[in-house]
Amino acid sequence: MSTSTTEPTKPQERGTDAVVEMRGVTIRFPGVLALDRVDFTLRPGEVHALMGENGAGKSTLIKALTGVYSVDSGTIAVSGTERVFSSTADAQAAGISTVYQEINLCPNLSVGENVMLGHEPRGLRGIDWRTTHRTAAEHLRSLGLELDTQTILSSHSIAVQQLVAISRAMVLDARVLILDEPTSSLDRDEVEQLFTVIRGLRDRGVAILFVSHFLDQIYEISDRITVLRNGTLVGEYAIDDLPRGELVTKMIGRELDELEAISVSAERAIDRTVAPVIKAEGVGRKGVLEPADLDVFPGEIVGIAGLLGSGRTELVRLLCGADRPDTGTLSVHGKVTRLSTPRHALERRIAFSSENRRAEGIVADLTVAENIMLGIQARRGWLRKVRKQEQDAVVAEYIKALGVRPADPNRKVGDLSGGNQQKVLLGRWLATAPELLILDEPTRGIDVGAKADIQRKVAELAEQGLAVIFISSELEEVLRLAQRVAVMRDRRQIGVLESSAVDVDGVIDYMATVGEGSVA
Amino acid sequence: MSTTTTTPTAGRRIVPPRLSEYARTFVARHASVMPMLAALVILVLILIGAQIHFGDFVNPRTLSSLLLDNAYLLILAVGMTFVIVTGGIDLSVGSVMAFTGIAAAQMLDHGVSSAIVIPAMILGGAVIGLMIGVLVQYFDVQPFIASLAGLFLARGLAYVVSLKSIRVENEHVIWLQSTRWWFGEWYLTPTGVLALLTVVVGALVMKYTRFGRTVYAVGGGEQSARLMGLAVARTKVLVYVISGVCGGLAGLVLTAYSGAGYPRNGIGTELDVIAAVVIGGTLLTGGVGYVVGSLIGVLVYGTIHTVISYMGAEQSWMRIIIGLMLLMFIVVQRVIVVRAERRR
Repeated sequence: MSTSTTEPTKPQERGTDAVVEMRGVTIRFPGVLALDRVDFTLRPGEVHALMGENGAGKSTLIKALTGVYSVDSGTIAVSGTERVFSSTADAQAAGISTVYQEINLCPNLSVGENVMLGHEPRGLRGIDWRTTHRTAAEHLRSLGLELDTQTILSSHSIAVQQLVAISRAMVLDARVLILDEPTSSLDRDEVEQLFTVIRGLRDRGVAILFVSHFLDQIYEISDRITVLRNGTLVGEYAIDDLPRGELVTKMIGRELDELEAISVSAERAIDRTVAPVIKAEGVGRKGVLEPADLDVFPGEIVGIAGLLGSGRTELVRLLCGADRPDTGTLSVHGKVTRLSTPRHALERRIAFSSENRRAEGIVADLTVAENIMLGIQARRGWLRKVRKQEQDAVVAEYIKALGVRPADPNRKVGDLSGGNQQKVLLGRWLATAPELLILDEPTRGIDVGAKADIQRKVAELAEQGLAVIFISSELEEVLRLAQRVAVMRDRRQIGVLESSAVDVDGVIDYMATVGEGSVA
Repeated sequence: MSTTTTTPTAGRRIVPPRLSEYARTFVARHASVMPMLAALVILVLILIGAQIHFGDFVNPRTLSSLLLDNAYLLILAVGMTFVIVTGGIDLSVGSVMAFTGIAAAQMLDHGVSSAIVIPAMILGGAVIGLMIGVLVQYFDVQPFIASLAGLFLARGLAYVVSLKSIRVENEHVIWLQSTRWWFGEWYLTPTGVLALLTVVVGALVMKYTRFGRTVYAVGGGEQSARLMGLAVARTKVLVYVISGVCGGLAGLVLTAYSGAGYPRNGIGTELDVIAAVVIGGTLLTGGVGYVVGSLIGVLVYGTIHTVISYMGAEQSWMRIIIGLMLLMFIVVQRVIVVRAERRR
């Protein structure tokens, strides 16, 4: 039993009936203990929700179970036999199939082939295509899908692709089906259809591990919940024994106290009589984002809430010149302007820190100092050299102010932990002296300490007059920091809420229900 | 709750309103065949144009020699199709062809039996392909760089064997070229038969084996293919081996065709091959392509070559025309890909 387990409500009924039994599983990454002696049990014919905040260890646990990561200590038993998986193929052979959030199928091949790939019936002349497509159609039909199996996968919606991925898992005769955020890009009808399929599979005795950020969906479909926090097990509960409020408390845990202090940020009054730093009116782009309105005043933090793919990143990319809007107007300090490139935006003192830290943020092979200097250099132009002493002073200042650890300006950024990389990135943008800072998921996948550091710094900067747009999947975080929250869904802005007037559930409900049915 | 709805929100503008149901089904099923069909249309247009211009272009003699003259190119294109469909590239094929050719000529000159020399050529190509494949798969080297290394290695080896051309007088090798099987006005040579066999075998392997399907799956998404439990590593190595084998076979065909081994053969041929494959509708990004398309691509390439010879124009025009066609095809492919992405 893990030491961190608190009050498991059910008596231990773990017996031979469990299809998956993980015991004391520990996984270590450089500098981080991703999973610390976690126990997890999955029984046939149940839908088991795995809950926890970002960075709690959900995806690490799933990857351990599917053979992507190897386990540092602890055991994984499938149907009572201890197993060591060295690849996903191994796990699949043992009956564990996974459907990921980003669909792992081949968009260039037909629906039928995606269902059957690697398991096509073969005759004397090789693959028997007629039987292949017929078998695929049967599998799809058993999940209630009538599809032309010869059509190319990419011609179907994400929802259908997801169901095709599940059909594929069924061809593999999976006893365990892992669904990792399967609903994040589905609309309500599609979710309902998915749930019908899941219930059907559960009734056939398949054990289903379900991960989702939507509490409503968890309570609709699950039989049992396991909660993780910071890589440790909080406990396993039957769904009826764990009301929503308690679940959230268990997920957030002591983090709540640690971050309580920052919550005053959300209540700070903002002077909205002055000109907004940025004001977007009807800004949109065909096929990317429906026209949206947003204004941010000096000293204000505006949060953007919405799921991945809801249009939140698309919105800020239009605001900072990374993408060009084709409708609406943008004014900076009351003057209508067009931002055609991020560099152009930077000249207007608008800095954008991408959610994609590795690809669009830090330069891993450069040092901390060089990364911070990139921002300044970009604003000044490449010809004007920044003097060495000035550089050192600026770099030292930001390392100190942001608490970058180790505090060594000559260390390669790639060697730092995610949280410290994020601090360096923040430092780079702050060094450009922005008036509007756009942060897209600045705290994703970083540890609690660094998260608190960054939140504190952002709150502090806003108090000094910086305007901030803050995007995060963690609604708690958004509500804690921001005075107002713009809510996005389906590439559309559905409203702007005063954060003092709502709580997390309120935002979730709003996100799920407001404006339902008005999109075709 | 209809599951056959293909476009959730963005569909309104993109689906043309008056497309017949049949055409829509065809596109949804066979969008990837379109570039190949486009190449076929272009081939037919060129042939018609040449026929009108020269009066007597489309005749059995010209078309038969088209296959004979381009047999080696066709064989290389088949191997290249496998590599490009996985999303890779093989720059070594021209050099591999030269190396196996000169090495064979040297061995035959020393009286080694063709029963040993011919398998040795194939094997030599396979070994260089294996080396490239291992570099790509296990050392995570970019295919461009790995095959560039293969290019230099094979070219260097060719120079080591001989700096001068070596005549080949072996009766078996000469037979491959000099034999004409006549069908009325038409004729086939054993080299042409070899090339066509390569196309047929290649096309069947791509369509009817799990290996062939894995080639497409890797090109569609390597990570996905791995997560689907397919033999990605083996497949990626094997496509370079296949390309190497085709290089060795092309070396044999070219040696027979030119009656000699020459270490400077096939300089830049790899680029001609890539051009022919791309014109034949294979996407350089991988995942889409057909061996038959590459056959069409080679025929387009060869026909343009012949037309320019007929006109007595500078062969540099050949390069310009091929360049323009490539540009056009890449733009067409890009448009197809972008439209497919937007349809999601």
